[in-house]
Amino acid sequence: MAETHSLQDLQQPAVSSKVFIQRDYSSGTICRFQTKFPSELESRLDKQQFEETIQTLNNLYAEAEKLGGKSYLEGCLACLTAYTIFLCMETHYEKVLKKIARYIKDQNEKIYAPRGLLLTDPIERGLRVVEVTIFEDRSIGSGR
Amino acid sequence: MKNCEYQQIDPRALSVSPLSVQSHTEKKEQRPRRKWEVFPGKNRFFCDGRIILARQSGVLPLTLGLIVVTCGLFFAFDCPFLVEHLTIFIPVIGGVLFVFVVTSLLRTSFTDPGILPRATPDEAADIERQIDTSGSSTYRPPPRTKEILINQQVVKLKYCFTCKMFRPPRTSHCSLCDNCVERFDHHCPWVGNCVGKRNYRFFYSFIISLSFLTSFIFGCVITHITLRSQAGKSLVQAIQESPASIVELVICFFSIWSILGLSGFHTYLVASNLTTNEDIKGSWSSKRGAEESGNPYSYNSIITNCCVTLCGPMPPSLIDRRGFVPPDEAIPAASVSEIELPPFTTKNDANMCTQSTKDVLERMIRSSSDFNGLCPPGTPKTTPLVLDVSSAAAPTAEPSSPPAGCSRQHPHRHAPCPPFSRSNKSDSLHSINPAFRLASPSPSLSRTTLILGDAPDIGFNQLH
Repeated sequence: MAETHSLQDLQQPAVSSKVFIQRDYSSGTICRFQTKFPSELESRLDKQQFEETIQTLNNLYAEAEKLGGKSYLEGCLACLTAYTIFLCMETHYEKVLKKIARYIKDQNEKIYAPRGLLLTDPIERGLRVVEVTIFEDRSIGSGR
Repeated sequence: MKNCEYQQIDPRALSVSPLSVQSHTEKKEQRPRRKWEVFPGKNRFFCDGRIILARQSGVLPLTLGLIVVTCGLFFAFDCPFLVEHLTIFIPVIGGVLFVFVVTSLLRTSFTDPGILPRATPDEAADIERQIDTSGSSTYRPPPRTKEILINQQVVKLKYCFTCKMFRPPRTSHCSLCDNCVERFDHHCPWVGNCVGKRNYRFFYSFIISLSFLTSFIFGCVITHITLRSQAGKSLVQAIQESPASIVELVICFFSIWSILGLSGFHTYLVASNLTTNEDIKGSWSSKRGAEESGNPYSYNSIITNCCVTLCGPMPPSLIDRRGFVPPDEAIPAASVSEIELPPFTTKNDANMCTQSTKDVLERMIRSSSDFNGLCPPGTPKTTPLVLDVSSAAAPTAEPSSPPAGCSRQHPHRHAPCPPFSRSNKSDSLHSINPAFRLASPSPSLSRTTLILGDAPDIGFNQLH
C-alpha cells in the first residue's frame, strides 16, 4: 500500500491541455506568431508577459529572415562556391535559431515552468505553432 | 484476500520480467531510430538521412547521364583540336561550367525542398476543434478553407487532409512525394525532387548554368567543325573525322530550346516573385486589373525580388531528418487511428482474475516485443494498469487486441511493459495523454481519460 502511494507521488503532473499559437500571415510568409492571448492561459499567466515572449520570438525570427547586405553577401558567396560553403559554415538563420532555442529555454525556466507551463520551440513543430503545454496543478489545494 | 492477490501480482509481475527484461534489453539494444526512418512522406533517404530524394527518382539518372556523356565527348574529342587551334581556356571554361551544373543538379535533387512536417495529433485535434466550433456540423469534414489577409489582400488557405493542417500561403501538397512543400514551385522529374523554397535557388542555378554549358558546347562544336572544314576539307569529311561532335550537336540542339526557354521562364518568375504553381493557376493574374499583378508577395522591384529569391537567407530544414525519435513521441502513422481501448476498460473495472492477468501480461509482453521500437522500453505509468484491466477483462478478444492495444497505446506509452516495476524514471509529461485527446468527438474517450486518471485508485481499491 505504501508502495502504491509512493508510486502516485512519484508521478509527474499530468498534462491538462495544450494551447497552440498559430502563425500570423498578415505580413506575408515571414515567420510571425499571433500575439493574441489565449483564454486558456488567463488563469496562469500575465497577458503582458505572454505578449512579450511572443513579440521577442517574432523579432528573433525577423532577424533570422532579414534581407539585407549581410544575407545577400552570404547568398552570393554561397552561389559562387557552388553552395559548397554551406557544408562547412553555419548559416545566419541557424545561428539565430540557436539563439531562439536558448531564449525559449530561458523563458521556460524563469517564467513558464514555475507556473506549470511549458513552451515548445516552434522549430520542433515545423515553425507552424508555438505549443504551450499546460500541466495540471497538483499542488495542495488545487483540484484534480 | 484482495490484499494478498495484489501482493501476489506484484512479485509475479516482477518474476515475469525475465521475459520482459529480455525484451527490455532487446529494446535497449535496439538502436534509437532517427526521424527519417519514420518519415511519413514518400521520400527516400540515403547516407543516414543526409540525402533526401523523391520516391521515384524520375529521369535523374538520364539527366546526369546526358550531361556527363556530352561533356565527356566534348572533352575527349573537341577539346584537343580546339586547344591546339584556339586557346587553352576552352576546356577550362567547360570544366568550370560542368562542375557548376553537376553540383547544382545534385544539390537540387538531394536537398529537402522545404517539406513541412505533418501536424502532431494534438495540433490536428486542436484544429479540428476550432473548425467544429466554428460551424461545420457534420463530422465528415467538408473542404476547409480559411481566409486571411496578406498585405491587404485576401488569400485562401486550404486545409490539407494528409498533413492535417492549414497550409501556409504558397505551400502546396505534392502528390508524388506526399508532402506539403513550402513555396511549392513544381515537381521536376528531371531532377527527381520537388522544387520548393529551399532548393529553388539551386534549381535556378542549375538551369542557368546548364543553358550556358549547352550553348558553350554547341558553339565550340560548331567552331570545331567549321575550322576542320575550312582547312581544305569538305564538311562531310570533317564530320567523318569527328563523329562525336555530331552526337554532341544533336543533344545540345534539342536541349538548348527547352533549357533556354525554361531559364527565361524562371527568370521571369524570379523577377516577379511568383512560383510556377501560381503562374499556371493564374492566382495573381490581373483579373481585377487595378493592381499590376495582385501578387501580395512581390516587393514590386525586380532587383529586390531576385535578391530575395536567390540570395535570401537559407531557411533550415524543418523535418530534422537526422534527429532521433523521442521514445515517447507518437509515430504519426501509428497514432492516427482511434483508440480501441475504451470499450474494454468500461467493462472491466471490477473483474480482476489474477491468473488471467498474469497470462495476459505475459502475452502482452511477448507481443510487445514483436513491435520493433513501437513500444520502447520505458517506465510504467498509470496506463499499464488500465491496460491490464482491459486485457484481463477481454481475454477472448485478446488475439487482436493486445497488439492493437499495444500499438495504439504506444502514443502514450510503453504500456505492455511490466506495469509494476517501479523504475522511478521521471516520465516526460507530455507523453501521458497526447493520443487520448486526439479523437475528441468520441465520447468513450472521455471515459477513458477518467478511468486512466482514477486508475490507480480504482485498481488498488478493488484489490484492497
